[in-house]
Amino acid sequence: MEYFVQQLINGITLGSIYGLIAIGYTMVYGIIGMINFAHGDVFMVGAFLALIAFLVLVAIGITAVPLALLLVLLVSMALTALYGWTVERIAYRPLRQSFRLAPLISAIGMSIVLQNYVQVAQGARVKPLPPLIRGGYTVFEGNDFAVRLSNIQIIVVVATLIVMAGFSYLVARTRLGRNMRACEQDLKMAALSGIDVDRTISLTFVIGAALAAVAGLMFLLYYGVIDFFIGFLAGVKAFTAAVLGGIGSLPGAMLGGILIGLIETMWSAYFSIEYKDVAAFSILIIVLIFLPTGILGRPEVEKV
Amino acid sequence: MPRESEPFKPPALAAALKEAAIAAAIAFGLFVLMVGIKTDQGPTGALVITTRFGTVGVLVGGVFAGAFLRALFGARIKASFDFLIPTWRTIAAHIGPYVPALLLAFALIAPICFYAVGNRYLIDLGILIVTYTMLGLGLNIVVGLAGLLDLGYVAFYAVGAYSYALLAHHFGLSFWICLPVAGILAAFAGILLGFPVLRLRGDYLAIVTLGFGEIIRLILLNWQDLTGGPNGIVGIPGPSFFGLPFNSSEKGFAATFGIPFSPTQKYLYLYYVILALALLTNWVSLRLRRLPIGRAWEALREDEIACRALGINTTTTKLTAFAMGAMFGGFAGAFYATRQNFISPESFNFSESAFVLAIVVLGGMGSQLGVAVAATVMLGAFELLREFDQYRMLVFGAAMVAVMIYRPRGLVSARTPSVFLRRRKDVPPELVAEARTESPA
Repeated sequence: MEYFVQQLINGITLGSIYGLIAIGYTMVYGIIGMINFAHGDVFMVGAFLALIAFLVLVAIGITAVPLALLLVLLVSMALTALYGWTVERIAYRPLRQSFRLAPLISAIGMSIVLQNYVQVAQGARVKPLPPLIRGGYTVFEGNDFAVRLSNIQIIVVVATLIVMAGFSYLVARTRLGRNMRACEQDLKMAALSGIDVDRTISLTFVIGAALAAVAGLMFLLYYGVIDFFIGFLAGVKAFTAAVLGGIGSLPGAMLGGILIGLIETMWSAYFSIEYKDVAAFSILIIVLIFLPTGILGRPEVEKV
Repeated sequence: MPRESEPFKPPALAAALKEAAIAAAIAFGLFVLMVGIKTDQGPTGALVITTRFGTVGVLVGGVFAGAFLRALFGARIKASFDFLIPTWRTIAAHIGPYVPALLLAFALIAPICFYAVGNRYLIDLGILIVTYTMLGLGLNIVVGLAGLLDLGYVAFYAVGAYSYALLAHHFGLSFWICLPVAGILAAFAGILLGFPVLRLRGDYLAIVTLGFGEIIRLILLNWQDLTGGPNGIVGIPGPSFFGLPFNSSEKGFAATFGIPFSPTQKYLYLYYVILALALLTNWVSLRLRRLPIGRAWEALREDEIACRALGINTTTTKLTAFAMGAMFGGFAGAFYATRQNFISPESFNFSESAFVLAIVVLGGMGSQLGVAVAATVMLGAFELLREFDQYRMLVFGAAMVAVMIYRPRGLVSARTPSVFLRRRKDVPPELVAEARTESPA
């Protein structure tokens, strides 16, 4: 029981990170109907930018952890958003009118570019960061197992909740959110009613990348080690989360993220850690066969 | 925008400067931390940073210059390219029919010349190019003809390679017996993948096939009892020539034919084996395109709903496409195992799938000649860029994006028409114009 609760906590923490990445996939898919294959790598870039920003802050003498964290978050969100914008501008916008698979292939190319760009710029070796936030609480103690809730887990979940709340407000209440929802329903009609579609799509990528940067920082803090290849697996799993929750649905992305995090953690805890990725991929296949619209998704009606 | 309406008049210098400045500012934002600060593990294991602002300056300057020139002369350069295209088309139309024959002759004769001058390196490169051509041709059936984007093609390559390696390792079966078996097993793997993804379209299909490829790789990596895990399988025997092995023994190939032994002979032989396999793949896919099933694939690529409406069984059509593509991947995999004498899951990761897909895409999806040209160009470029080892994947990814933007039909965009008229007829333009005016619409 205690062991299970501990895995539950770990799973939710991991799932929050997946959920933040999944939102980027689901938003882009909702609006322009393409899988932004490079999104996982944008997340990886976000983690690297956070790491570098940390080291720079330490070098110039800002070592108070809360202030440093806030500054790192802002810097990495801003710069990662710039990466998101650039990727869209270079690789996707010229392909709006192209054939169906063109943006996906272009996205695969962009993913390879980002990975190798980071590898060239920062080297292929893993980058460790000493734990910045230590300590935690013992929630309750069983017979011989203490359930621990570390401070970093609290920060990850709370930060995710705050970001989600802000983001939901943005989508539901602001002009930009309204434009985004309009574009999601019908690009052409949105353009006809005076919405700058290109700008809205760009901003969608910017917001998705900023959320991925938050996830990148959380990943860095939680695991303490990153390399240039983390984006691939995290990206595929986050996409799985988006599909599981119902692609195009924002609460669905978060829900799917937490489910995938839980499945992965539980699988590692009770079955085999080697096959945890196989479990995640199998879930993706099973969901697509039996529940192609996901848990909260709307059925897609195909018209000729 | 004035630039589009008057393509030959460069816009004002100020506008170009402004555009370039914005591009440079964005580039600065992108590069300042990622390139400007390098993190390395210091002596204590903690990360230390070193600055490289000079490199950032060079990059930002480059972006500024590039954007400035593009803003000033972009339209003019594009116009001159547009001018060149018809010229190129005329040239291509004249030499086009001879290109495949010339390439084939080169592929047949060149390795003997390399062998004569004792250049094993070029023969090895040839083997590599033809292997990827074959993989590209196999994937072309799935992606180019049937229009199903498969990101896990390397799984079938792996199934073929491991089939041969395990059969040879445990039962001592020879390459030529295992080759069809490997193909059949890979085809089964293709059907296995095909079943769950039948209902999926486009992007979903791509992600599921990617997941399938990763599952196969993870199983190969973790099922240590069978596959040897990350250590792979070593000592896979090479192929024999009608039972004659390629070694210096009395019964070897060289001794039997009374020629002096050279280790390069084996590679020359391997080259012709894979060339024959690739030609077989090419021939089969050419023939299949004339059969109802091939027509159904191409119809499926164009419009699935219309296909269903016309009574084409999309289930079997998709499954055969997967199975055929997978079978050729399996053949190539068995060949890979026998050439390397060693396989491990390392060789079958996603970047391999992406590479084969890039060959198909760059070749212009559906064009068989294009696949061969793209494989040659890409592997040739990889060899030339060997000194810049770090940068070649970067260039390769950028090339994929650039081809999608500038030449979405691929390098060789002339796709062979599916249906030929019995006799070539030139319809004079006057006739067409007349028909148009007379038509009631």
